[in-house]
Amino acid sequence: MASALFFYLFAVLAVVAGASVILTKNPVHAVLFLILAFFNAAGLFVLLQAEFLAMLLVIVYVGAVAVLFLFVVMMLDVDFAELKAGFIKNAKIGALIGGIVLVELIALFGYRGFTVSPVMNPSAPIPASITNTRALGEILYTQYVYYFQGAGLILLVAMIGAIVLTLKHRQGVKRQSISAQVARGPATGLEVVKVPSGGSVIPPAVKHPEAAE
Amino acid sequence: MDSSVLYVILPELILALGAIALLMIGVFSPNGETSGRNVTWLAIAVLVAAAVAVFEGSGSSAIFGGAFVSDSFTRFLKIVILVGAALTLLMTFDSFSRAKLLLFEYPVLVLLATLGMLMMVSANDLIALYLGLELQSLALYVVAAFKRDDVQSSEAGLKYFVLGALSSGMLLYGASMLYGVTGSTSYATIAAAAKMPEMATNIGLTFGLVFVLVGLAFKVAAVPFHMWTPDVYQGAPTPVTAFFAGAPKIAAMALLLRFTQAALPGVSSQWEQIIIFVSIASMALGSFAAIGQTNIKRLLAYSSIGNVGFALIGLAANNTEGTAGVLIYLVIYVAMTLGAFACVLAMQRNGRFVESISDLSGLAKTNLTFATILAVLMFSLAGIPPLAGFWAKWYVFLPAIKAGLYPLSVIGVVTSVVGAYYYLRVVKIMFFDEPAEGFSPTEGRTFAVMALSAAFVVAFVLPFVGGTVVDAATAAASVLVPAH
Repeated sequence: MASALFFYLFAVLAVVAGASVILTKNPVHAVLFLILAFFNAAGLFVLLQAEFLAMLLVIVYVGAVAVLFLFVVMMLDVDFAELKAGFIKNAKIGALIGGIVLVELIALFGYRGFTVSPVMNPSAPIPASITNTRALGEILYTQYVYYFQGAGLILLVAMIGAIVLTLKHRQGVKRQSISAQVARGPATGLEVVKVPSGGSVIPPAVKHPEAAE
Repeated sequence: MDSSVLYVILPELILALGAIALLMIGVFSPNGETSGRNVTWLAIAVLVAAAVAVFEGSGSSAIFGGAFVSDSFTRFLKIVILVGAALTLLMTFDSFSRAKLLLFEYPVLVLLATLGMLMMVSANDLIALYLGLELQSLALYVVAAFKRDDVQSSEAGLKYFVLGALSSGMLLYGASMLYGVTGSTSYATIAAAAKMPEMATNIGLTFGLVFVLVGLAFKVAAVPFHMWTPDVYQGAPTPVTAFFAGAPKIAAMALLLRFTQAALPGVSSQWEQIIIFVSIASMALGSFAAIGQTNIKRLLAYSSIGNVGFALIGLAANNTEGTAGVLIYLVIYVAMTLGAFACVLAMQRNGRFVESISDLSGLAKTNLTFATILAVLMFSLAGIPPLAGFWAKWYVFLPAIKAGLYPLSVIGVVTSVVGAYYYLRVVKIMFFDEPAEGFSPTEGRTFAVMALSAAFVVAFVLPFVGGTVVDAATAAASVLVPAH
């Protein structure tokens, strides 16, 4: 009884928050609604006794991803009205093509059976004796270790690619060189000039070794 | 997990750890050409070490729950891929050094792409297929745009990336369909499910296999999924194009072979017609569209499209000899293509690279060795006996005729004759046109690849060269497709 009550609470809130993400005009509000949706989804996971996934959702998605979104939305000056204008311009063609594909797919699968063949196991049994975390770990790091490492290499390639294609070592940028600053002594940092009485001295031009490049 | 698993994936481990180690060496050594040069040599050493590890392997084994297989089929193709990748790296020094592109990231990305190709060759599961394919593709997108200050190179990278992502999406969609109807991502289970009588009329299975084939056809640049090829081949730096034309094609063809033969042998009537159509369309477009080209890289792009069409004839035959024919074709194709691109890299005048076919005019009078080597390669690509290109076609046409695919074979021969026109036109321009200004002397390593390739093409008719390749290919094919 209580679990049903909580299910409806979390489910309704998740759906409302999810709809608000795409309906609010203010992007910062949208991200905040997204965080609300994540929290409610985590609640649903807890009801399903998938406590590890619930923790993961809160830590990774709320803690890192959503906060990152918030930063991006606040830092970048994105004109959403302009983006929407482009979307509306192409929406008709997109909707037409999408509609045709949808009708085709419905016709296709409505015409003949689209069934999971019975001899093959459609879903794996839920392991009863071990914890969630351990079950996931065994799948991810033992059974699928090859895929896990392969995916890791793909991410490495993505990282190398992003750096290779975008990193520019800019010349003429003034950077702090701590060792040079520390090594500076009276011999290099001080100049004694003799000021003639009643005259003035034009200070020598300050030289920045890096700015000269 | 016992240590025998590590022994089976030793070549992949060497490449993965080698790539990471070289990345560290590159990052922590002072910037500049020296580190790029050293890392490139080390990458060649890593590729050779991996090839030795592949060569030392024996027997058939499936590890990681059957997702990764190693047998004489995978070993044959892996050696070709590794040798092809090493030779393309050997050709980069001179060209990249002139373009100020001799950076350590390139060999590292090539190593990772090659690792993806090895994973593709060994893939025996839809997830393994996708991971290998993405690892390879992602690295290739980056190296296509490697000359990032150049508009053409950036355009090539972007075009390749957008279209490649689309094709990956289609492939994934098809894979999800196959998983949905069969309940498994493993080739063996899919094959078992596809054999069941009620699956013969299952729309989901057909649908899934069509989408996966579309994705794979894009990767091998078969018509009608070839649009990106000429632009990417022309825009990417020439050593990168040479790499594109060789090893990745072999890996994608290997994937296609294993996917059709190991996962879907029960529904061969479904995919055979697709392969036949793609094969005919590729051969026809490869022959006719190449005629009007003036840029030699575009010409070779269309040539590679046509060659994929010819190789697919062997797959359409759907038997051991046909599969062996595909493998023989791939070896010879890689040898010819590497030689042809080495020639393109040697086309430089006053320190600048030229890519136009008219720049070759009268080459026989200014540089006879160069002209002879390129002529041999062009004759071979045209399929003139007794050069290797003729035997490549021989070994794919013969099984197709035996399998009763007469229209396909006839169209293949006709398009082969049409294709001979533009290959021979290059020879004619070199030998009979007014000489243009001569090229600068060819750099030693590039010349070595040219000479090696021409020597292989000429010597293929000898039993200890051609015979060895044919025997190894037949042994490899009989593992994948046992004789009926």
